[in-house]
Amino acid sequence: MATQINKQLGDNVFLTTLDAAASWGRANSLWPMPFATACCGIELMSTAASKHDLSRFGSEVMRFSPRQCDLMIVAGRVVMKMLPVLQRIWLQMPEPKWCISMGACACSGGVFDTYAVVQGIDRFMPVDVYIPGCPPRPEQLIRGIIDLQEKIQKGGTINAREFKLRILPEGPPRFDEDELIRIRERNGFKLDDPTYDPVH
Amino acid sequence: MTTETPKPSSVEIDAVKVTLADSLVGVALEWSEFRDQYRVVFPATELLKCLNAFKSAGFEQLSDLTAVDLLEYSNATDRFEIVYCLLNVDTGLRMIAKTYLNEPDLTIPSATSVWSGADWLEREVYDMYGILFSGHPNFKRLLLPQEFQSFPMRKDYPVKGRGERHNFPVITRAES
Amino acid sequence: MPLELLESPDLNANQREGLWTLNFGPQHPATHTTLRLVLQLDGEMVIDAEPDIGFLHSGFEKLGEVLDFNQYVTIVDRMNYISPMANEIAWHHAVEKLLGIDLTPRCKYIRTIFAELMRIHDHLLCLGTCVLDLGGATAFMYAFNEREAIYEICERASGQRFHTSYTRVGGLLYDVTDDWVTMVRDFVRNFPKVYRDFSGLLMKNRIFVERTRDVGVLSREEAIAGGATGPVARASGVVRDLRRDEPYLAYEDFDFDVCASQGGDCYARFQVRMMEMLESIKIIEQAVENIPAGPIFAAGTGKESMPDKREVYRSIEGLIHHFESVMPNRQMQAPKESVYAATESPNGELGYYIVGDGSFRAYRARTRPPSLLHFSLFSRMMRGCMLSDVVAVLGSINIIAAELDR
Ligand code: SF4
Repeated sequence: MATQINKQLGDNVFLTTLDAAASWGRANSLWPMPFATACCGIELMSTAASKHDLSRFGSEVMRFSPRQCDLMIVAGRVVMKMLPVLQRIWLQMPEPKWCISMGACACSGGVFDTYAVVQGIDRFMPVDVYIPGCPPRPEQLIRGIIDLQEKIQKGGTINAREFKLRILPEGPPRFDEDELIRIRERNGFKLDDPTYDPVH
Repeated sequence: MTTETPKPSSVEIDAVKVTLADSLVGVALEWSEFRDQYRVVFPATELLKCLNAFKSAGFEQLSDLTAVDLLEYSNATDRFEIVYCLLNVDTGLRMIAKTYLNEPDLTIPSATSVWSGADWLEREVYDMYGILFSGHPNFKRLLLPQEFQSFPMRKDYPVKGRGERHNFPVITRAES
Repeated sequence: MPLELLESPDLNANQREGLWTLNFGPQHPATHTTLRLVLQLDGEMVIDAEPDIGFLHSGFEKLGEVLDFNQYVTIVDRMNYISPMANEIAWHHAVEKLLGIDLTPRCKYIRTIFAELMRIHDHLLCLGTCVLDLGGATAFMYAFNEREAIYEICERASGQRFHTSYTRVGGLLYDVTDDWVTMVRDFVRNFPKVYRDFSGLLMKNRIFVERTRDVGVLSREEAIAGGATGPVARASGVVRDLRRDEPYLAYEDFDFDVCASQGGDCYARFQVRMMEMLESIKIIEQAVENIPAGPIFAAGTGKESMPDKREVYRSIEGLIHHFESVMPNRQMQAPKESVYAATESPNGELGYYIVGDGSFRAYRARTRPPSLLHFSLFSRMMRGCMLSDVVAVLGSINIIAAELDR
């Protein structure tokens, strides 16, 4: 019986799980939302432009409206004033969604270890793929997107169950400076003391 | 070597010096020169009068307005230095005008009535150093969030801040 | 709304009633980077546009007080990131002025070539993205193709395609090679053809012309009083170019014209940028054929400039020299003075005000960013324009957020 069916249908039928089918579809139709703030944004542009042509890899439809996108590419440093905006845009994106942190600044603050720059967006929101470099070359960004596609294909589920399990922020453990400040204040330090530097 | 012919800019600056001496009688101006740049120090009490005189002496453009915190500068007697970089668009002559300011009264008159380009530059100086400009049409912080407390470019503010950059809620995957 | 009302900035509450407030940015494709505008609209008419900036303020100037003159070049790179090397050249121009260093002719020529390549780099992106925002994607693709060629030239010289950090106090990181010269020559040869296509797509495109002509007008007086420089000022009839008026690097040796226009509108600004690209090609053409031989580092007491990398690795003297120039207590000492030095960056006058305090780092490293002053003129340019013109005006003044906010 089985051989009979095989003979009739040949290679025209695939068996798969719903999860895998959904992930395959998602992985190959990423709609990136470029959250380009600084220099990395220019490399993002050149990745999408004529020479490197990101559209060869199934993620060319850049949409600037967060509600139409499922991949956020944070390209460039995020500073104090911008982080609330970033979080709000992230919350506006529909599930399932992913985030690529592009460049040293978005990953860790990069060369800007100053009062204004957030030292890695992963302290405050989830990140799936980190791309190192200052700025990463377009090839690196393409590699990052391919890696993300693999990640989606491997672990994705049709109703995004995998995200529910992750209740902790995904980056390195947060260096709780507020706690540090509180401890030091209990010990008699003053915040507006000019010699006071909570980081050291 | 024969005697050098004076540089054209030094002839021009001499003319400016004469004009300013006429229009600013009784105001002590202190001139100096370094690497072909002419600098004048004027008293902060006569600020608007001086700036207006500079403008009528031909400096139509304010190239730059900034401040320097002299807290850790050796041998400095004053706390802040306000720097006006001026430019005469027609002749290309530049002049750097400086004045000094001390705590506790960090208020000086705004230069927006003289050069409209001073608008944002003054707001930036306030943002970074906490120097107040009276008579500015729209005076508030320019670059930092309005609720920010300190003045980061002062020398007593640490480079890495006082933890402001870490004060945000954390969004986890399950929440979003 | 009657026109006289547009003239008066202080509308009373009654007149404000029918107005509509629109928030533009900080994450909007046409801002290219991050800035926010609060627009007061009467129908489609823009009554008032109040910029809100600082979304990329990352403390550049504070870092300038921590890093030494050679280290800080990696940070100034990131300031105007669509023409990184122009910032390096401006920064080291100011530092060399403070230290009183005279460059060697070879170094001057190489820096000049890079400065002009960066001008083309900058103008291509400015024009390409603006026309993308106005609805034409083709010119953007052409622009980026040429930009890639310039990236390759930078990469060949310095090893990095984007943030090159190529200049050093008194010299350059590496000397250039012959195939670099060939690459520049090829670029110079190919560019005019691309330029023809590009300008056909833009300046002869009726949609583009009609969307930019008589939009965002800035008069000559406003430009001078507001501190506008560079292409924005030249489009308003202020014929001033630091390359000609205060010659630095090797500009005195070359023959080029200062491009200016009268209109003061967006079209004039684009026109000036288009013409400047051709002048830059002219300068590069003259410079690349005449690069003088010789060392790239200025001779002096030896401490102010880094030794050649080959010497560092191959001889003990070179190694000692290298150590001397990087060790904090052995380095050269800057005079306890201050200077203001400016160069003509693609965007306008990019100046640095440096205060030296007797060490090899700046006590205060102030940047005079052209974008800041241009953007403060924005609400003046916008008065009486339509909502759709916001994009054109923003594109024409080429606001770079990192330079704006620092
Ligand atoms: S990682 Fe480097 S290139 Fe990217 S935004 Fe930061 S400084 Fe700019």
